[in-house]
Amino acid sequence: MSDTHVTTPDVEQTTGAMEPLVDIRHVSRRFGAVTALDDVSLTIAENEFFALLGPSGCGKTTLLRAIAGFERPDSGEMLLGGQDLVALPPHRRPLNLMFQSYALFPHMTVEANVSYGLEQEKLPKQEIRQRVGEVLETVGLSTTAKRRPHQLSGGQRQRVALARAVVKRPKLLLLDEPLSALDRKVRSQMQLELKRLQQEVGITFVVVTHDQEEAMSMADRLAVLAHGRVQQVATPVETYRRPANLFVADFIGDSNRFAGRVVDGGLHVPDVGLLPGHPVGDVTGDAHLVVRPEETRLGAPGAGLMEGQVVETQFFGGVSTVAVDVPGHADPVLCAVSGVSTVERGATVSLHWTADAAVVVGGSL
Amino acid sequence: MTDLISSTPTGRGAVERSSRWERAALLVPGLGYVSAFMAVPVLLVLSYVFFQRGRFGGVVYEFTWDNFARAFSPTYRAVLVDSLVIAGAATVLALLIGYPVAYAIAMLPDRLRTIALVLVVIPFWTNFLVRTYAWIVLLSNEGLVNRSLERIGVIEDPLTLLYTRGAVVVGLVYAYLPLMILPLYASISKLDPELREAATNLGASRFKAFRTVTWPLTLPGVLTGCIFVFVPSLGNFIVPELLGGGKFVMVGNVVRDQFLKARDWPFGATLALVLIVVLVALFFVQSRVSRRLSTGGPS
Ligand SMILES: Nc1ncnc2c1ncn2[C@@H]1O[C@H](COP(=O)(O)OP(=O)(O)OP(=O)(O)O)[C@@H](O)[C@H]1O
Ligand SMILES: [Mg+2]
Repeated sequence: MSDTHVTTPDVEQTTGAMEPLVDIRHVSRRFGAVTALDDVSLTIAENEFFALLGPSGCGKTTLLRAIAGFERPDSGEMLLGGQDLVALPPHRRPLNLMFQSYALFPHMTVEANVSYGLEQEKLPKQEIRQRVGEVLETVGLSTTAKRRPHQLSGGQRQRVALARAVVKRPKLLLLDEPLSALDRKVRSQMQLELKRLQQEVGITFVVVTHDQEEAMSMADRLAVLAHGRVQQVATPVETYRRPANLFVADFIGDSNRFAGRVVDGGLHVPDVGLLPGHPVGDVTGDAHLVVRPEETRLGAPGAGLMEGQVVETQFFGGVSTVAVDVPGHADPVLCAVSGVSTVERGATVSLHWTADAAVVVGGSL
Repeated sequence: MTDLISSTPTGRGAVERSSRWERAALLVPGLGYVSAFMAVPVLLVLSYVFFQRGRFGGVVYEFTWDNFARAFSPTYRAVLVDSLVIAGAATVLALLIGYPVAYAIAMLPDRLRTIALVLVVIPFWTNFLVRTYAWIVLLSNEGLVNRSLERIGVIEDPLTLLYTRGAVVVGLVYAYLPLMILPLYASISKLDPELREAATNLGASRFKAFRTVTWPLTLPGVLTGCIFVFVPSLGNFIVPELLGGGKFVMVGNVVRDQFLKARDWPFGATLALVLIVVLVALFFVQSRVSRRLSTGGPS
């Protein structure tokens, strides 16, 4: 808890002090009955690595397409470096979008696909050839430069799409699930490469990802979206430790959740009693207490906040997860312990945590 | 990919074999019909090309090259060239009109799209002759076009619109425009709009994106549409007769006259063969280009 408080103001200072590169204000976009973006406001700082997270259909692609100029917002403003984006035609926007579907030109070779953007800039042939060669080398596709997209595997196509967006070295790169089709090894290479581009070339990234670990490890800040609404914008640590609402708590990482009523010092849960935790924001009335498995401690019977029986233990290498069935609580409570768990299935254990380890949040799933 | 296929030879092969038979079976009715009622009569007629005309019509079965010599004599060569020019002009004009229309239809919302497509084919529900006669009403000296122009004071004396080469071209374009629009529409609507967006996002202007992405990817549709217009235009004899007033003879007219008036079947068959050869050559080029452009198949 304490170190969250250290990081949060820190980040807010850096983003607050500088003029944001991207400033999205109250942007909405509806498709018939579906509201794909609902009053979205975000700022993204220069040279930031910003991740967009959220369940399928929550509006991530729509947001990137709006920034790139392919969806006109029904209302709201978008600024890039203080300049009105909506007035700028799509081909003049100093940003590149990597499409979720790749949108590779089927009639062009890999090489021609990647050099297309540079040719529009009317760069000298020599420079284009060199830069295309370099980027293909980086994504590991030098040997497939002469092939057409339909002769490539899914992962290779994704890397061509990535190369095509990256080769332009724009101020702002919008990547829609850039690494989802790659195997673990290539993916971590590409992650390093993206971080290198951020640091060495100074590109600002907005990256949609389904992979939470990826978002957690790479992003400076992330936004969680649901039903077109921004649920929380914060650092990965902050979203994990102090989720703004139940949706974020559930969406980011594993969690144990208890429903009850807010009281001083935590949450009163029927049949279980008072559970300690700090409220996030102003929560009153019905709310949920969220505690992470690694903050939940096992103890001898008769000691902790609640008691239950071990229903299962799973060993994951570095850590084990113990699932405890607590009478009166529907889902088993998960508890992560380091190394191999010594408790046996069927044993009665107690569970506890400190108030600093748990949060009380409002909202629903 | 190839490894994958060869590593499971039995399963995959069995599936392919059965589907190949099924496909062949599906072709039987169509192929049977075409060969019985189309290929056989055409081959019979074409077999006349080496024979001579009988004194009172009919065919005398004596071998000769004369028909070919005549077909390529200056008179008929001029007719052929003229026909190619007129059909070519009609095709180009139909493409220039048809592409924007097909593009606009492809961009319409689903419901309006169906309506627009129906409107495009509606003229086909009317008899070809009647539709062509309608143009006489429009283009004649006392026709609608001249009357309107006179009334608004653009001209004093009527323009000669009918019985000109232009009238023939216009009539052909009108007759076959739907055949241009439909294949164009099919290939434009199949195009993923994100490709255009990707080009734009990479810095291409709308025109550049069209030239480098949309146009090459719809070229198979363009070629199909052009062939659909060019082929019937080249052989057409109704439009040149009605709107050209017989002043402009196209190959179609000559072929028709050889069979029906001059009763010189061997020479008519020879001209028809020349036409067929030209058209087959065109189809060959079209399929070669389409295959090279096509993205799904092996290149
Ligand atoms: N052109 C469109 N017409 C109608 N509805 C659309 C259109 N584009 C998006 N939507 C709807 O808007 C919502 C948001 O779509 P969007 O593609 O932004 O989701 P997403 O967050 O990118 O999802 P995913 O993770 O599956 O890619 C969805 O409900 C989708 O069905
Ligand atoms: Mg998406």
